[in-house]
Amino acid sequence: MTGVRVAGVGLTHFGRHPERTGRDLFGEAALAAREESGVPPEDIESINYGNFMGSLAERQGHQAPLMAEMAGLQCPATRYEEACASAGVAVREAVRTVRSGEADVMLAGGCERMTNLSTADVTEGLATAADELYEIRAGMTFPGAYALMERAYFEAFGGSREDLAHVAVKNHDNALPNEYAQFHRAITVDEVLGAPMVSDPVGLLDACPVTDGASALVLVSDEYAEEHDLDAPVSITGSGQGGDNLALHDREHLAVTPATERAAAEAYDDAGCSADDVDVVEVHDCFTIAEVLAVEGLGFYENGDGVGAARRGETTATGELPVNLSGGLKAKGHPVGATGGSQIAEMTRLLRGDHPNSDYVEDATLGVTHNAGGTVASAVVHVLEVDR
Amino acid sequence: MTDAGYDEWLDAVGDGEGYYLECPNGHGSLPPRRVCPHCGSTELDHADLPATGTIETFTICYVGGPDFTDEEPYATAIADFGGVRLTGVVRGLDPEDVTVGMPVEAAVGTNRTTDEDLLILRAR
Repeated sequence: MTGVRVAGVGLTHFGRHPERTGRDLFGEAALAAREESGVPPEDIESINYGNFMGSLAERQGHQAPLMAEMAGLQCPATRYEEACASAGVAVREAVRTVRSGEADVMLAGGCERMTNLSTADVTEGLATAADELYEIRAGMTFPGAYALMERAYFEAFGGSREDLAHVAVKNHDNALPNEYAQFHRAITVDEVLGAPMVSDPVGLLDACPVTDGASALVLVSDEYAEEHDLDAPVSITGSGQGGDNLALHDREHLAVTPATERAAAEAYDDAGCSADDVDVVEVHDCFTIAEVLAVEGLGFYENGDGVGAARRGETTATGELPVNLSGGLKAKGHPVGATGGSQIAEMTRLLRGDHPNSDYVEDATLGVTHNAGGTVASAVVHVLEVDR
Repeated sequence: MTDAGYDEWLDAVGDGEGYYLECPNGHGSLPPRRVCPHCGSTELDHADLPATGTIETFTICYVGGPDFTDEEPYATAIADFGGVRLTGVVRGLDPEDVTVGMPVEAAVGTNRTTDEDLLILRAR
Protein backbone atom coordinates (compact mmCIF):
# COMPACT_ATOMS: atom_id res chain seq x y z
CA MET A 1 0.00 0.00 0.00
CA THR A 2 1.37 3.38 -1.01
CA GLY A 3 1.75 6.30 1.38
CA VAL A 4 -0.16 9.52 0.77
CA ARG A 5 1.47 12.94 0.77
CA VAL A 6 0.04 16.44 0.96
CA ALA A 7 1.53 18.09 -2.12
CA GLY A 8 -0.29 21.40 -1.77
CA VAL A 9 -2.85 23.18 0.38
CA GLY A 10 -5.19 26.05 -0.47
CA LEU A 11 -7.44 28.13 1.75
CA THR A 12 -9.59 31.18 1.33
CA HIS A 13 -9.83 33.69 4.11
CA PHE A 14 -12.41 32.41 6.59
CA GLY A 15 -14.89 35.10 7.48
CA ARG A 16 -17.90 37.07 6.36
CA HIS A 17 -18.01 37.20 2.58
CA PRO A 18 -21.76 37.27 1.98
CA GLU A 19 -21.40 38.51 -1.57
CA ARG A 20 -19.09 35.71 -2.69
CA THR A 21 -20.51 32.59 -4.31
CA GLY A 22 -19.53 29.13 -3.15
CA ARG A 23 -18.13 28.39 -6.57
CA ASP A 24 -15.82 31.39 -6.36
CA LEU A 25 -14.65 30.47 -2.86
CA PHE A 26 -13.82 26.89 -3.83
CA GLY A 27 -12.20 27.99 -7.07
CA GLU A 28 -9.83 30.21 -5.12
CA ALA A 29 -8.85 27.46 -2.66
CA ALA A 30 -8.48 24.81 -5.37
CA LEU A 31 -6.27 27.00 -7.56
CA ALA A 32 -4.12 27.89 -4.56
CA ALA A 33 -3.66 24.21 -3.72
CA ARG A 34 -2.89 23.38 -7.33
CA GLU A 35 -0.33 26.15 -7.57
CA GLU A 36 1.42 25.21 -4.34
CA SER A 37 1.61 21.54 -5.39
CA GLY A 38 3.05 22.21 -8.81
CA VAL A 39 1.01 19.28 -10.11
CA PRO A 40 -0.24 19.77 -13.70
CA PRO A 41 -4.04 19.79 -13.96
CA GLU A 42 -4.22 16.78 -16.26
CA ASP A 43 -2.62 14.62 -13.56
CA ILE A 44 -5.45 15.24 -11.07
CA GLU A 45 -7.69 12.23 -11.47
CA SER A 46 -10.75 13.16 -9.44
CA ILE A 47 -12.16 15.57 -6.87
CA ASN A 48 -13.72 14.76 -3.50
CA TYR A 49 -15.72 17.79 -2.43
CA GLY A 50 -17.35 18.42 0.95
CA ASN A 51 -20.42 20.60 1.34
CA PHE A 52 -23.30 20.53 3.79
CA MET A 53 -26.02 23.08 3.16
CA GLY A 54 -25.43 24.45 -0.32
CA SER A 55 -28.88 23.32 -1.41
CA LEU A 56 -30.32 25.68 1.21
CA ALA A 57 -27.81 28.52 1.11
CA GLU A 58 -27.44 28.84 -2.64
CA ARG A 59 -30.21 26.58 -3.94
CA GLN A 60 -27.39 24.72 -5.63
CA GLY A 61 -27.40 20.96 -5.61
CA HIS A 62 -25.10 18.85 -7.79
CA GLN A 63 -22.16 20.99 -6.75
CA ALA A 64 -19.22 18.67 -7.41
CA PRO A 65 -19.00 18.98 -11.21
CA LEU A 66 -19.46 22.73 -10.86
CA MET A 67 -16.52 22.84 -8.47
CA ALA A 68 -14.36 20.78 -10.83
CA GLU A 69 -15.14 23.37 -13.49
CA MET A 70 -14.21 26.20 -11.10
CA ALA A 71 -10.96 24.41 -10.27
CA GLY A 72 -10.14 24.17 -13.97
CA LEU A 73 -10.24 20.40 -13.93
CA GLN A 74 -11.89 18.03 -16.34
CA CYS A 75 -12.20 15.03 -14.08
CA PRO A 76 -14.92 13.24 -12.15
CA ALA A 77 -16.04 14.97 -8.97
CA THR A 78 -18.16 13.71 -6.09
CA ARG A 79 -19.77 15.60 -3.24
CA TYR A 80 -19.47 14.17 0.27
CA GLU A 81 -21.95 15.22 2.96
CA GLU A 82 -21.55 14.34 6.61
CA ALA A 83 -22.71 17.66 8.13
CA CYS A 84 -19.73 19.48 9.68
CA ALA A 85 -17.49 16.49 8.89
CA SER A 86 -18.16 16.67 5.14
CA ALA A 87 -14.64 17.66 4.11
CA GLY A 88 -13.15 15.23 6.62
CA VAL A 89 -14.80 12.31 4.88
CA ALA A 90 -13.99 13.79 1.46
CA VAL A 91 -10.29 13.79 2.39
CA ARG A 92 -10.49 10.37 3.99
CA GLU A 93 -11.99 8.83 0.86
CA ALA A 94 -9.31 10.52 -1.26
CA VAL A 95 -6.63 9.00 1.00
CA ARG A 96 -8.23 5.58 0.59
CA THR A 97 -8.44 5.99 -3.18
CA VAL A 98 -4.74 6.86 -3.48
CA ARG A 99 -3.76 4.05 -1.12
CA SER A 100 -5.77 1.54 -3.14
CA GLY A 101 -3.78 2.41 -6.25
CA GLU A 102 -6.90 3.63 -8.08
CA ALA A 103 -5.43 7.13 -8.38
CA ASP A 104 -2.05 8.79 -7.90
CA VAL A 105 -3.36 12.33 -7.53
CA MET A 106 -6.59 13.58 -5.97
CA LEU A 107 -7.94 16.99 -5.07
CA ALA A 108 -10.00 17.03 -1.86
CA GLY A 109 -11.56 19.77 0.23
CA GLY A 110 -14.81 21.57 0.65
CA CYS A 111 -16.72 24.80 0.81
CA GLU A 112 -19.58 26.47 2.62
CA ARG A 113 -21.35 29.73 1.98
CA MET A 114 -23.32 30.77 5.05
CA THR A 115 -23.35 34.49 5.84
CA ASN A 116 -25.65 35.33 2.94
CA LEU A 117 -28.42 33.77 5.05
CA SER A 118 -30.25 35.35 7.99
CA THR A 119 -29.42 34.10 11.49
CA ALA A 120 -32.75 32.26 11.61
CA ASP A 121 -32.11 30.55 8.28
CA VAL A 122 -28.54 29.57 9.25
CA THR A 123 -29.91 28.20 12.52
CA GLU A 124 -32.47 26.16 10.63
CA GLY A 125 -29.91 24.96 8.10
CA LEU A 126 -27.40 23.83 10.71
CA ALA A 127 -30.11 22.15 12.74
CA THR A 128 -30.75 19.75 9.86
CA ALA A 129 -27.69 17.83 11.05
CA ALA A 130 -29.90 16.64 13.93
CA ASP A 131 -32.81 14.16 13.89
CA GLU A 132 -35.66 15.93 12.12
CA LEU A 133 -38.55 14.03 13.72
CA TYR A 134 -37.35 13.88 17.29
CA GLU A 135 -34.86 16.72 17.77
CA ILE A 136 -35.48 19.53 15.30
CA ARG A 137 -39.22 19.40 15.97
CA ALA A 138 -38.40 19.72 19.68
CA GLY A 139 -36.67 23.02 19.03
CA MET A 140 -33.14 21.68 19.06
CA THR A 141 -30.64 23.99 17.40
CA PHE A 142 -26.94 23.36 16.82
CA PRO A 143 -25.90 25.47 19.85
CA GLY A 144 -28.81 23.92 21.76
CA ALA A 145 -27.56 20.40 21.09
CA TYR A 146 -24.11 21.21 22.47
CA ALA A 147 -25.74 23.02 25.39
CA LEU A 148 -27.53 19.76 26.23
CA MET A 149 -24.19 17.92 26.09
CA GLU A 150 -22.45 20.63 28.12
CA ARG A 151 -24.95 20.50 30.97
CA ALA A 152 -24.85 16.69 30.89
CA TYR A 153 -21.04 16.90 31.11
CA PHE A 154 -21.16 19.21 34.12
CA GLU A 155 -23.68 16.89 35.80
CA ALA A 156 -21.59 13.78 35.15
CA PHE A 157 -18.05 15.04 35.58
CA GLY A 158 -18.10 18.57 37.02
CA GLY A 159 -16.36 21.55 35.48
CA SER A 160 -17.69 25.02 34.88
CA ARG A 161 -18.43 27.61 32.23
CA GLU A 162 -15.31 29.39 33.44
CA ASP A 163 -13.19 26.34 32.58
CA LEU A 164 -14.68 26.40 29.10
CA ALA A 165 -14.11 30.14 28.73
CA HIS A 166 -10.38 29.39 28.81
CA VAL A 167 -10.84 27.29 25.66
CA ALA A 168 -12.32 30.30 23.87
CA VAL A 169 -9.61 32.65 25.14
CA LYS A 170 -6.88 30.21 24.04
CA ASN A 171 -8.28 29.73 20.54
CA HIS A 172 -8.77 33.45 19.98
CA ASP A 173 -5.13 33.97 21.03
CA ASN A 174 -4.01 31.29 18.59
CA ALA A 175 -5.93 32.90 15.72
CA LEU A 176 -4.26 36.29 16.15
CA PRO A 177 -1.39 35.70 13.67
CA ASN A 178 -3.35 33.39 11.33
CA GLU A 179 -3.96 35.29 8.09
CA TYR A 180 -6.89 33.03 7.21
CA ALA A 181 -8.75 33.45 10.52
CA GLN A 182 -12.11 35.17 10.93
CA PHE A 183 -11.24 36.75 14.28
CA HIS A 184 -8.07 38.65 15.06
CA ARG A 185 -9.23 39.73 18.47
CA ALA A 186 -8.03 38.57 21.87
CA ILE A 187 -10.81 38.02 24.38
CA THR A 188 -10.92 37.55 28.16
CA VAL A 189 -12.58 34.99 30.40
CA ASP A 190 -14.84 37.75 31.75
CA GLU A 191 -15.95 38.67 28.23
CA VAL A 192 -16.83 35.04 27.49
CA LEU A 193 -18.79 34.69 30.72
CA GLY A 194 -20.55 38.02 30.19
CA ALA A 195 -21.55 37.43 26.57
CA PRO A 196 -25.24 36.98 25.77
CA MET A 197 -26.62 33.46 26.05
CA VAL A 198 -27.42 31.72 22.78
CA SER A 199 -28.68 28.51 24.31
CA ASP A 200 -27.91 28.27 28.01
CA PRO A 201 -25.23 27.24 29.05
CA VAL A 202 -23.69 28.03 25.63
CA GLY A 203 -22.99 31.74 25.32
CA LEU A 204 -22.16 33.72 22.20
CA LEU A 205 -18.40 33.54 22.82
CA ASP A 206 -18.57 29.79 23.48
CA ALA A 207 -19.77 29.33 19.91
CA CYS A 208 -17.95 29.31 16.59
CA PRO A 209 -19.01 32.09 14.23
CA VAL A 210 -20.97 31.75 11.01
CA THR A 211 -18.36 31.67 8.27
CA ASP A 212 -17.85 31.58 4.52
CA GLY A 213 -14.79 29.78 3.20
CA ALA A 214 -13.21 26.95 1.29
CA SER A 215 -10.31 24.53 1.61
CA ALA A 216 -8.48 22.31 -0.85
CA LEU A 217 -5.64 19.80 -0.75
CA VAL A 218 -3.70 18.07 -3.51
CA LEU A 219 -2.95 14.54 -2.31
CA VAL A 220 -0.45 12.33 -4.11
CA SER A 221 1.04 8.87 -3.75
CA ASP A 222 4.61 8.48 -2.46
CA GLU A 223 5.61 7.22 -5.88
CA TYR A 224 4.16 10.22 -7.69
CA ALA A 225 5.87 12.62 -5.28
CA GLU A 226 9.19 10.89 -5.81
CA GLU A 227 8.92 10.63 -9.60
CA HIS A 228 8.03 14.31 -9.91
CA ASP A 229 10.46 15.47 -7.25
CA LEU A 230 7.70 17.23 -5.31
CA ASP A 231 8.43 19.15 -2.12
CA ALA A 232 5.84 17.35 0.03
CA PRO A 233 7.30 16.53 3.45
CA VAL A 234 3.95 15.89 5.17
CA SER A 235 2.20 12.51 4.86
CA ILE A 236 -1.23 11.38 5.98
CA THR A 237 -0.27 8.17 7.74
CA GLY A 238 -3.50 7.35 9.53
CA SER A 239 -7.21 7.70 8.83
CA GLY A 240 -10.23 6.61 10.83
CA GLN A 241 -13.95 7.22 10.91
CA GLY A 242 -16.54 6.49 13.57
CA GLY A 243 -20.30 6.69 13.73
CA ASP A 244 -23.02 6.84 16.35
CA ASN A 245 -26.80 7.03 16.62
CA LEU A 246 -27.96 10.33 15.15
CA ALA A 247 -30.16 11.58 17.98
CA LEU A 248 -28.43 12.52 21.20
CA HIS A 249 -31.12 10.79 23.28
CA ASP A 250 -30.29 7.48 21.60
CA ARG A 251 -26.69 7.53 22.91
CA GLU A 252 -25.65 5.58 25.97
CA HIS A 253 -23.99 8.66 27.53
CA LEU A 254 -24.85 12.27 26.69
CA ALA A 255 -21.36 13.66 27.40
CA VAL A 256 -19.10 11.04 25.83
CA THR A 257 -18.40 10.74 22.09
CA PRO A 258 -17.67 7.13 21.10
CA ALA A 259 -17.61 8.06 17.40
CA THR A 260 -14.44 10.03 18.12
CA GLU A 261 -13.01 7.16 20.17
CA ARG A 262 -13.65 4.72 17.30
CA ALA A 263 -12.21 7.06 14.66
CA ALA A 264 -9.12 7.70 16.78
CA ALA A 265 -8.54 4.01 17.50
CA GLU A 266 -8.68 3.24 13.79
CA ALA A 267 -6.46 6.16 12.79
CA TYR A 268 -3.83 5.49 15.47
CA ASP A 269 -3.74 1.81 14.56
CA ASP A 270 -3.44 2.73 10.89
CA ALA A 271 -0.48 5.02 11.60
CA GLY A 272 1.08 2.68 14.15
CA CYS A 273 0.99 5.32 16.88
CA SER A 274 -0.83 6.02 20.13
CA ALA A 275 -2.27 9.11 21.77
CA ASP A 276 1.03 9.47 23.66
CA ASP A 277 2.90 10.05 20.39
CA VAL A 278 0.85 13.09 19.37
CA ASP A 279 2.66 16.44 19.42
CA VAL A 280 -0.03 18.83 18.16
CA VAL A 281 -3.78 18.63 17.49
CA GLU A 282 -6.53 20.40 15.56
CA VAL A 283 -9.93 19.41 16.98
CA HIS A 284 -13.53 20.18 16.13
CA ASP A 285 -14.30 22.98 18.61
CA CYS A 286 -17.59 24.22 17.17
CA PHE A 287 -18.39 25.07 20.81
CA THR A 288 -16.00 25.24 23.74
CA ILE A 289 -17.45 22.03 25.23
CA ALA A 290 -16.78 20.29 21.90
CA GLU A 291 -13.03 20.77 22.32
CA VAL A 292 -13.26 19.08 25.71
CA LEU A 293 -15.25 16.15 24.35
CA ALA A 294 -12.70 15.84 21.53
CA VAL A 295 -9.53 15.79 23.63
CA GLU A 296 -11.14 13.16 25.84
CA GLY A 297 -12.41 11.07 22.91
CA LEU A 298 -8.98 11.23 21.26
CA GLY A 299 -7.44 9.70 24.37
CA PHE A 300 -5.43 12.65 25.66
CA TYR A 301 -7.54 12.93 28.80
CA GLU A 302 -9.80 10.67 30.83
CA ASN A 303 -13.50 11.57 30.73
CA GLY A 304 -13.95 14.51 33.07
CA ASP A 305 -10.30 15.63 33.05
CA GLY A 306 -10.31 17.50 29.74
CA VAL A 307 -12.49 20.37 30.89
CA GLY A 308 -9.65 22.02 32.82
CA ALA A 309 -6.92 21.43 30.22
CA ALA A 310 -6.93 24.93 28.72
CA ARG A 311 -7.26 26.58 32.11
CA ARG A 312 -4.25 24.62 33.38
CA GLY A 313 -2.27 25.75 30.33
CA GLU A 314 -1.72 22.22 29.03
CA THR A 315 -3.36 22.84 25.63
CA THR A 316 -2.26 26.43 25.05
CA ALA A 317 0.36 27.31 22.42
CA THR A 318 3.13 26.92 25.00
CA GLY A 319 1.55 23.89 26.70
CA GLU A 320 2.68 20.31 26.35
CA LEU A 321 -0.04 19.49 23.81
CA PRO A 322 -1.07 22.58 21.82
CA VAL A 323 -4.69 22.25 20.67
CA ASN A 324 -6.07 24.33 17.80
CA LEU A 325 -3.02 26.47 17.00
CA SER A 326 -4.95 27.62 13.92
CA GLY A 327 -7.53 29.25 16.17
CA GLY A 328 -9.86 26.30 15.70
CA LEU A 329 -13.43 26.53 14.49
CA LYS A 330 -14.00 28.89 17.40
CA ALA A 331 -11.76 31.71 16.17
CA LYS A 332 -10.52 30.71 12.74
CA GLY A 333 -14.14 30.14 11.73
CA HIS A 334 -16.32 27.24 10.64
CA PRO A 335 -17.50 27.18 7.04
CA VAL A 336 -19.07 23.82 7.73
CA GLY A 337 -18.28 21.87 4.57
CA ALA A 338 -14.73 23.26 4.36
CA THR A 339 -13.59 22.67 7.92
CA GLY A 340 -12.22 19.12 7.68
CA GLY A 341 -9.96 20.12 4.79
CA SER A 342 -8.92 23.32 6.51
CA GLN A 343 -7.79 21.41 9.59
CA ILE A 344 -5.48 19.24 7.46
CA ALA A 345 -4.21 22.30 5.57
CA GLU A 346 -3.41 24.04 8.86
CA MET A 347 -1.75 20.95 10.33
CA THR A 348 0.32 20.58 7.16
CA ARG A 349 1.49 24.18 7.49
CA LEU A 350 2.23 23.71 11.20
CA LEU A 351 4.37 20.62 10.58
CA ARG A 352 6.13 22.03 7.50
CA GLY A 353 7.14 25.07 9.50
CA ASP A 354 5.41 27.72 7.39
CA HIS A 355 2.45 28.42 9.69
CA PRO A 356 2.63 31.63 11.74
CA ASN A 357 2.37 29.41 14.85
CA SER A 358 4.89 26.78 13.70
CA ASP A 359 7.51 28.05 16.15
CA TYR A 360 5.45 26.61 19.01
CA VAL A 361 5.84 23.12 17.56
CA GLU A 362 9.21 23.25 15.81
CA ASP A 363 10.18 19.75 16.96
CA ALA A 364 6.76 18.21 16.32
CA THR A 365 6.72 15.19 14.05
CA LEU A 366 3.15 13.90 14.48
CA GLY A 367 -0.11 15.80 14.40
CA VAL A 368 -3.75 14.75 14.58
CA THR A 369 -6.87 16.33 13.11
CA HIS A 370 -10.41 15.64 14.35
CA ASN A 371 -13.52 16.60 12.39
CA ALA A 372 -17.01 15.89 13.75
CA GLY A 373 -20.52 15.96 12.30
CA GLY A 374 -23.61 17.02 14.24
CA THR A 375 -23.40 16.03 17.88
CA VAL A 376 -20.56 13.68 16.88
CA ALA A 377 -22.73 11.09 15.16
CA SER A 378 -19.86 11.23 12.65
CA ALA A 379 -16.18 11.67 13.42
CA VAL A 380 -13.12 11.57 11.19
CA VAL A 381 -9.56 11.48 12.55
CA HIS A 382 -6.36 11.81 10.55
CA VAL A 383 -2.74 11.37 11.59
CA LEU A 384 -0.16 13.54 9.79
CA GLU A 385 3.59 13.05 10.00
CA VAL A 386 6.43 15.16 8.66
CA ASP A 387 9.83 14.07 7.34
CA ARG A 388 12.44 15.61 9.65
CA MET B 1 -46.70 16.38 5.63
CA THR B 2 -47.47 12.87 6.79
CA ASP B 3 -44.77 10.89 8.55
CA ALA B 4 -46.08 7.36 8.95
CA GLY B 5 -44.92 5.80 12.18
CA TYR B 6 -44.11 9.10 13.83
CA ASP B 7 -47.57 10.64 13.46
CA GLU B 8 -49.30 7.63 15.02
CA TRP B 9 -46.77 7.65 17.84
CA LEU B 10 -47.34 11.34 18.56
CA ASP B 11 -51.12 10.86 18.46
CA ALA B 12 -50.78 8.00 20.95
CA VAL B 13 -48.74 10.20 23.30
CA GLY B 14 -51.45 12.86 22.97
CA ASP B 15 -54.11 10.30 23.88
CA GLY B 16 -52.20 9.29 26.99
CA GLU B 17 -51.33 5.95 25.40
CA GLY B 18 -47.68 6.64 24.64
CA TYR B 19 -45.37 3.79 23.74
CA TYR B 20 -41.87 3.08 22.63
CA LEU B 21 -40.22 0.22 20.80
CA GLU B 22 -38.50 -2.43 22.87
CA CYS B 23 -36.27 -5.30 21.77
CA PRO B 24 -35.86 -8.62 23.65
CA ASN B 25 -32.68 -7.22 25.23
CA GLY B 26 -34.65 -4.41 26.83
CA HIS B 27 -33.35 -1.58 24.64
CA GLY B 28 -35.81 1.20 23.96
CA SER B 29 -36.13 3.30 20.81
CA LEU B 30 -38.64 5.39 18.87
CA PRO B 31 -40.53 4.71 15.65
CA PRO B 32 -40.43 4.33 12.70
CA ARG B 33 -37.73 1.72 13.01
CA ARG B 34 -37.18 -1.89 11.93
CA VAL B 35 -33.98 -2.60 13.82
CA CYS B 36 -32.94 -1.89 17.41
CA PRO B 37 -30.26 0.86 17.21
CA HIS B 38 -28.44 -0.62 20.19
CA CYS B 39 -28.16 -4.33 19.34
CA GLY B 40 -29.58 -4.92 15.87
CA SER B 41 -32.51 -7.05 16.98
CA THR B 42 -35.42 -6.96 14.53
CA GLU B 43 -37.93 -8.08 17.16
CA LEU B 44 -39.38 -4.76 18.21
CA ASP B 45 -42.58 -4.67 20.26
CA HIS B 46 -44.54 -1.78 21.70
CA ALA B 47 -43.91 -1.11 25.37
CA ASP B 48 -45.92 1.37 27.43
CA LEU B 49 -44.24 4.73 27.89
CA PRO B 50 -43.96 5.32 31.64
CA ALA B 51 -46.12 8.18 32.88
CA THR B 52 -43.22 10.08 34.37
CA GLY B 53 -39.73 10.82 33.17
CA THR B 54 -36.86 12.75 34.70
CA ILE B 55 -35.02 15.63 33.06
CA GLU B 56 -31.44 14.52 32.41
CA THR B 57 -30.21 17.68 30.70
CA PHE B 58 -31.77 20.83 29.26
CA THR B 59 -30.99 24.07 27.51
CA ILE B 60 -32.75 27.41 27.51
CA CYS B 61 -32.79 28.47 23.89
CA TYR B 62 -32.80 32.22 23.23
CA VAL B 63 -32.18 31.96 19.48
CA GLY B 64 -34.34 29.34 17.81
CA GLY B 65 -34.99 28.51 14.21
CA PRO B 66 -37.84 30.01 12.16
CA ASP B 67 -40.28 27.44 13.56
CA PHE B 68 -39.75 28.62 17.14
CA THR B 69 -39.67 32.40 16.94
CA ASP B 70 -42.88 32.73 18.97
CA GLU B 71 -41.58 30.36 21.65
CA GLU B 72 -38.30 32.08 22.60
CA PRO B 73 -36.94 31.74 25.12
CA TYR B 74 -37.86 28.10 25.57
CA ALA B 75 -36.39 25.10 27.31
CA THR B 76 -35.62 21.95 25.33
CA ALA B 77 -34.81 18.95 27.51
CA ILE B 78 -33.87 15.31 27.26
CA ALA B 79 -35.88 13.30 29.76
CA ASP B 80 -35.20 9.73 30.81
CA PHE B 81 -38.37 7.59 30.85
CA GLY B 82 -36.59 4.41 31.89
CA GLY B 83 -36.66 2.32 28.73
CA VAL B 84 -36.28 5.29 26.43
CA ARG B 85 -35.35 8.97 26.45
CA LEU B 86 -37.40 11.74 24.83
CA THR B 87 -36.36 15.19 23.65
CA GLY B 88 -39.07 17.81 23.98
CA VAL B 89 -39.98 21.39 24.74
CA VAL B 90 -40.64 21.89 28.44
CA ARG B 91 -43.96 23.56 29.21
CA GLY B 92 -45.82 24.34 32.39
CA LEU B 93 -43.20 26.54 34.02
CA ASP B 94 -40.82 29.35 33.25
CA PRO B 95 -37.79 28.06 31.25
CA GLU B 96 -35.48 29.57 33.86
CA ASP B 97 -37.03 27.32 36.51
CA VAL B 98 -36.27 24.04 34.76
CA THR B 99 -33.81 21.84 36.67
CA VAL B 100 -32.02 18.55 36.13
CA GLY B 101 -33.86 15.77 37.95
CA MET B 102 -37.26 17.45 37.57
CA PRO B 103 -40.13 15.01 36.89
CA VAL B 104 -42.06 15.52 33.64
CA GLU B 105 -44.76 13.79 31.65
CA ALA B 106 -44.86 13.48 27.88
CA ALA B 107 -47.78 15.20 26.17
CA VAL B 108 -48.72 16.86 22.92
CA GLY B 109 -49.04 20.62 22.65
CA THR B 110 -49.09 23.10 19.81
CA ASN B 111 -46.07 24.81 18.28
CA ARG B 112 -46.83 28.51 18.85
CA THR B 113 -45.24 29.51 15.55
CA THR B 114 -46.43 26.83 13.14
CA ASP B 115 -49.56 25.53 14.92
CA GLU B 116 -48.27 22.00 14.33
CA ASP B 117 -48.46 19.33 17.01
CA LEU B 118 -45.44 19.38 19.29
CA LEU B 119 -44.08 16.83 21.74
CA ILE B 120 -43.85 18.56 25.08
CA LEU B 121 -42.47 17.61 28.44
CA ARG B 122 -44.89 18.99 31.02
CA ALA B 123 -43.62 19.70 34.49
CA ARG B 124 -45.53 17.61 37.02
